Amino acid sequence: MKFTLSWLKEHLETDATISEVVEAMTLAGLEVEGVENPAETLKEFSIAKVVSAEKHPDADRLKVCQVDTRDGRKQIVCGAPNARAGMTVAYAPLGAYIPGLDFSLDKKPRKIRGVESSGMMCSSKEMEMGDDHDGIMDLDASLEMGMPLADALKLNDPVIDFEVTPNRPDWLGVDNIARDLSATGLGRWITPKIQSVQGSFPCPVNIEIDAQDACPVFAGRVIKGVKNGPSPEWLQAKLKAIGVKPISALVDITNYISYDRARPLHVYDMSKITGTLRARLGKDETFTALDDKSYTCSDDMCVIADDARVLGLGGVMGGAHSGCSSETVDVLIESAYFDPARTRRTGRATGINSDAKYRFERGVDTGFVRDGLEMATGLVLDICGGVASEIAVAGEVPPPPPPIQFDPALNERLSGIYLSDEQMSTILQALGFGIAETKSGWTVSVPSHRRDCTQGADLVEELVRIHGLHNMEAKSLSVPAGRREPLATDLQNKTRTARRALAGAGLSEAVTWSFVADKFAQIFGGGSEDLLLDNPISSDLNCMRPTALIHLLLAGQRSADKGYSGAALFEAGPTYQSAAPDGQTPTIAGIRRCETNRHWQGNTSPDAYTAKQDVLLALAAMGAKTDTLQISKPTGSYWHPGKSGRLQMGPKNILADFGELHPGVLKKMGINCPVVAFEIWPATLPKTRKKAGKSKGALNISDLMPVHRDFAFIVPTDSSADTLIRAVKGADKALITHVELFDIYQGKGVEDGYKSLALDVTLSPKDQTLTDKEIDGVCAPKRRNQAQNYGVRTVRSCAFLYRINSQH
Amino acid sequence: MSELDDLKTKYVKQIEAASDLASLDAIRVAALGKKGEISLQMRTLGQMSPAEKKVMGPALNGLKTEISSLVESRKTTLETQALNIALANETLDMSLPVPTPQGRLHPVMQVMEEMAVIFADQGFRVAEGPDIEDDFHNFTALNFPPGHPARDMHDTFFLKPDSSGNKMVLRTHTSPVQIRTMMSQKPPIRIIIPGRTYRCDSDQTHTPMFHQVEGLVIDKTTHMGHLKGCLMDFISAFFETDVEVRFRPHHFPFTEPSAEMDVRYERVGNEIRIGQGDEWMEILGCGMVHPDVLRNCGLDPDEYQGFAFGMGVDRLAMLKYGIPDLRDMFAPDPRWLGHYGFSPLLQANLATGLS
Repeated sequence: MKFTLSWLKEHLETDATISEVVEAMTLAGLEVEGVENPAETLKEFSIAKVVSAEKHPDADRLKVCQVDTRDGRKQIVCGAPNARAGMTVAYAPLGAYIPGLDFSLDKKPRKIRGVESSGMMCSSKEMEMGDDHDGIMDLDASLEMGMPLADALKLNDPVIDFEVTPNRPDWLGVDNIARDLSATGLGRWITPKIQSVQGSFPCPVNIEIDAQDACPVFAGRVIKGVKNGPSPEWLQAKLKAIGVKPISALVDITNYISYDRARPLHVYDMSKITGTLRARLGKDETFTALDDKSYTCSDDMCVIADDARVLGLGGVMGGAHSGCSSETVDVLIESAYFDPARTRRTGRATGINSDAKYRFERGVDTGFVRDGLEMATGLVLDICGGVASEIAVAGEVPPPPPPIQFDPALNERLSGIYLSDEQMSTILQALGFGIAETKSGWTVSVPSHRRDCTQGADLVEELVRIHGLHNMEAKSLSVPAGRREPLATDLQNKTRTARRALAGAGLSEAVTWSFVADKFAQIFGGGSEDLLLDNPISSDLNCMRPTALIHLLLAGQRSADKGYSGAALFEAGPTYQSAAPDGQTPTIAGIRRCETNRHWQGNTSPDAYTAKQDVLLALAAMGAKTDTLQISKPTGSYWHPGKSGRLQMGPKNILADFGELHPGVLKKMGINCPVVAFEIWPATLPKTRKKAGKSKGALNISDLMPVHRDFAFIVPTDSSADTLIRAVKGADKALITHVELFDIYQGKGVEDGYKSLALDVTLSPKDQTLTDKEIDGVCAPKRRNQAQNYGVRTVRSCAFLYRINSQH
Repeated sequence: MSELDDLKTKYVKQIEAASDLASLDAIRVAALGKKGEISLQMRTLGQMSPAEKKVMGPALNGLKTEISSLVESRKTTLETQALNIALANETLDMSLPVPTPQGRLHPVMQVMEEMAVIFADQGFRVAEGPDIEDDFHNFTALNFPPGHPARDMHDTFFLKPDSSGNKMVLRTHTSPVQIRTMMSQKPPIRIIIPGRTYRCDSDQTHTPMFHQVEGLVIDKTTHMGHLKGCLMDFISAFFETDVEVRFRPHHFPFTEPSAEMDVRYERVGNEIRIGQGDEWMEILGCGMVHPDVLRNCGLDPDEYQGFAFGMGVDRLAMLKYGIPDLRDMFAPDPRWLGHYGFSPLLQANLATGLS
């Protein structure tokens, strides 16, 4: 909403400067977005008088003018055809910036075709004040030489632009802004009472309402014999200053009242009305609006129609057919109230965003229906002449907002600000509220333009707003006494430590969009219909992501394309399986691009085992017992079928997938090198158990030397080392404390299709040194045939398979 | 006795001349071995008369000890020499580069941790909720009635309508978690809600996804003065400097009274300095929880009251750490993360500092 300082001062008697007005507005909740003063751009220009204008000796189209300026008499060469002696002009001195041309004049006089010229006389286009470029501005001769141009043109009037919050449609009128500012003590609210105009004949147009909900009240009046020319200078200047284009006197008057009082009106050319004027719902008729576009009026829209056609969309836009022109003689002025929600829907459906619609959808003052019509009548009679009819009203003005039962103590309870009853009633009354004290508190009547106030808290807002939040005392929050539970959740703590573990391992943390391109989502098992956006910002971001890997992969590729290879990134964030509240899963995902890394120590580029290392680091940081996890295959088809793994606890609880990504997937995504990756689902980890105390318990360590025994198992090449190691560990859980795989061998001495896995098994005695017999007991190669269960073909050195078997 | 002197002279010379461990050992064997000269001499002691023995015994033992210690000392010398020679050939060029992997943490995540730390000190717990919300939690319960112009303030992302025509939304703020919390637990409530939020807007200062931290306090006595104190304490702690602030009224559908908080700042070159200066910058919105919102959550506004606030994490991160462009936040670039990221060893806390 824009208004000028002088416009405000028509409603507010004040000596306040523009900065004081801005400050008062800001502190009363009218958030100023900008102040523009046209005088600023014109400050170098002043009024000058042309003394003589002679033809240039060397150019037919140029004139050499002697000009009296505030800088003394100047010789100015001018190309304007209208330059003449005695003319009053806008003068720009040497060095001045010409806004319409976007350049500055030379600081020294320059010669034009041999004749020296000092400064410039400007056209309105050069001043950015119009389109006229046929000649220089021909100003009123009564203007004094040397006067600042901004003052001469009455442009020294700052324009304030501020944000109207949706609860305050009344701020869309300057009058109500003035009232709020007067309540803050900035000045006196001086808006005169509306004078009613006596009608001299009954309203000749019959007005009816068929849709009471959509249009509860429609007041109208005819004015006969108007002359609809351009509006007077003062009115045009007012509208132009706030960016509203003057059209004709009748239209300008309605626009003026719209901005002065937040009261939209409409004027019909009476000669175009056939029969009764009726507010009703649409019947799928089409009509052409004032914007020359054709609209279909559905039965959800309120239209104003006569017996022949639709004349307008109520509260949204009038029709071209009954609009006013310079030939218009008799008019009907409409002041109605249209239902906000319906107006809004109509605006949405038609795409029309008019000043009227903006006001009606937020709610206009129901108390000003008749006054608005009277105010318009007065202005039309003044400016366009004519004779007014009596006012015809169809329907009824909606009742005023209900009063609020207000306990004055609520103010201090909610705001912490103590205000006396007198202070409170002064503020409320200045804003138009009425106060009646009752036994149980106050009954506060609400003015019709303040339907946003429905309860006590709303009045408290008014009180603190006008009193000023800057005057409110700040109190630190006190923390409850006593011991406090930790404030972070288990999952938050786990994620925090995992992120740090991964960064420590050389992965940098990214934060990427939650949405991806659906074509990529589909590759990663997502892209289902319920996760597609209805109004995506682009087709690259049109689907909630099934994995965080997609953007990491794309980002890694972008870096590589820019010459920065070897991206190693991770992200901790949500992924989406469905639109339900529980369809969102926290995940930690990471990638490492496997670009060949040339290093003097050899190629150190990551491989699938690097991804495994990352996962185990993160899981360990989150408190998982990584040596007890089972390993299986990921189910996602985006993993390399042979170089990927899954870590799980038990058959169902999946903690992480890792490995190399499927080369086919990378190709589809335009990723030009192998990538290893992982996805961890921290919520699937068992909750960190809360123990009764923090004691770690006693440590039992044995002084006895552990014994090492090496074994080699010949197993089929496709069998998993994990199964074997697990079985070996299980052979004697008490005695075997560690199993290390120290060699994998295939080749001479081992049959084709088999590999040799060499294990170093640590046996840790607890009570006494192990005897050879005991060691052999653990390792005795009994029931060797059962070893087939593990795919073991041969056991070299010795083995303890009977123990393995005894457990199955 | 001169025989012994000769023996000694001979071996001392030989030991001194020994140039490697092998020849030294050969000398040791020749002198002190089972059949060594000195050992053989010592065997003759048994046949000597007591008087001879008295003289020769100590002399031979002395010689044995002396030679044996000379051998040991020469051995040490030779070993040191040999080690020095071996080490001379074992040099590494210690200027060669070695890998030093060091990932960085994202500034938005760092800032969210900093906020959690500061608010934890004021007794706030961290709560979370889903990004995909229904209309009720994102709007209606927060006092944005269906079809109300207040909804225009949020450029909302919708998901495709389901079979019954309902459209889920991507939450436009973290406030729905307020509703979820108030509907599921009894006051007193003191939470902050960090998370991803979404608005259908993309330009230099808006990204379609951004982060908010929301705060909510509900009890029986907390008023707007506490809101002001809580946020003033927060903002100075966050920027790690004294920050002058201004509260001014504003409007939000879910708070009444509502306010915005501005901070002082100045521009020095391209840099924005928060805390002091001539300009005000809006930093967050806040207010007392609207009685209708309390009612929507089953709380009686005559009994319970409290405040809520919400702020943009990304913007605060930019302001605090001088990050010029919002859009870079979500387009991971190794150079950007290297420069604006944080060491994983750093844990924001009030004892050692936030950053």
